[in-house]
Amino acid sequence: MKKIKKIKIKINGKTKSITQDSNLSIVLKNLKIPLNKVAIELNEEIIDKKKINKIKLNKNDIIEIVHFIGGG
Amino acid sequence: MVSLKKDSLIIANKKFNSRLIVGTGKYKSMSECAKAIKLSGAEIVTVAVRRVNISDKNKPLLMDYIDPKKITYLPNTAGCFNSKEALRTLRLAREIGGWKLVKLEVLGDKKNLFPDMIETLKSTEVLAKEGFRVMVYCNDDPLMAKRLENSGADAIMPLAAPIGSGLGIQNKINIQIIRKQTKLPLIIDAGLGQASDATIAMELGCDGVLVNTAIAKAKKPLEMALAFKNAVIAGRYSFKSGRIDKILMGNPSSPSKGII
Repeated sequence: MKKIKKIKIKINGKTKSITQDSNLSIVLKNLKIPLNKVAIELNEEIIDKKKINKIKLNKNDIIEIVHFIGGG
Repeated sequence: MVSLKKDSLIIANKKFNSRLIVGTGKYKSMSECAKAIKLSGAEIVTVAVRRVNISDKNKPLLMDYIDPKKITYLPNTAGCFNSKEALRTLRLAREIGGWKLVKLEVLGDKKNLFPDMIETLKSTEVLAKEGFRVMVYCNDDPLMAKRLENSGADAIMPLAAPIGSGLGIQNKINIQIIRKQTKLPLIIDAGLGQASDATIAMELGCDGVLVNTAIAKAKKPLEMALAFKNAVIAGRYSFKSGRIDKILMGNPSSPSKGII
């Protein structure tokens, strides 16, 4: 059996280990991210939320997921 | 008769009945925040853009308490100390759900929280070109206010005093000069401490006030929200009604004729 390779990425400052060739949509789904309430950056570039299932993640990718919180 | 019903606040072609904008930070809980907003009558609330907590997925979300379909969210750039950070934050805010009306706030000093006006001006130009409608937190400097206006700002929002200080309006003259020179919405943002400060701002001819700490950190935030609502209305009526001239000596209110 082929061994599943893992890669490390960073999400909101935390290191996560994911299966190589995972796409962004799977990772977000596993984290239960409500897509209609967030914005996503991959390596400091804003990602079109409609295209997340076409984006393959690579080693050392940096993902930021933000939302609105209380502020003045 | 002065009617406030036909006296809407128009920002970036959008009509609002309330002239009070409130912040959503510093409340004890989200439900208290939501109640205070309701009592304040505010139709616009400022919100911050921050990382989603990915380890605690059950944390309550602001949008679950304050419906962005009913209340206009005004994303801010609080905590940004240069143009790059501010632009990144607002581009993300727009991506969350198409928010184009934003509050730009680029701070220059961690202690006094005064705005860095050079970075603010730079950011205003870029944002206006990218199609954002920018309400700009700024110093109470008429020259800078003019430059912001020329750079495409949609509202000028000078501070009354440092953010969260509760000191009230410190420079009425500058606010009045800015009022005279601009037709843009002029909104006092930051530094108010009590409801009467909002009345004073409105009596100076401001179009609105933005309040967070003075309500959220009052001993009774809900009552204070109501106080600010009424103070803004009182100030607006007072401004629209045309105050009397100031004179040095007394002028009796009862006729001097017919005194026995």
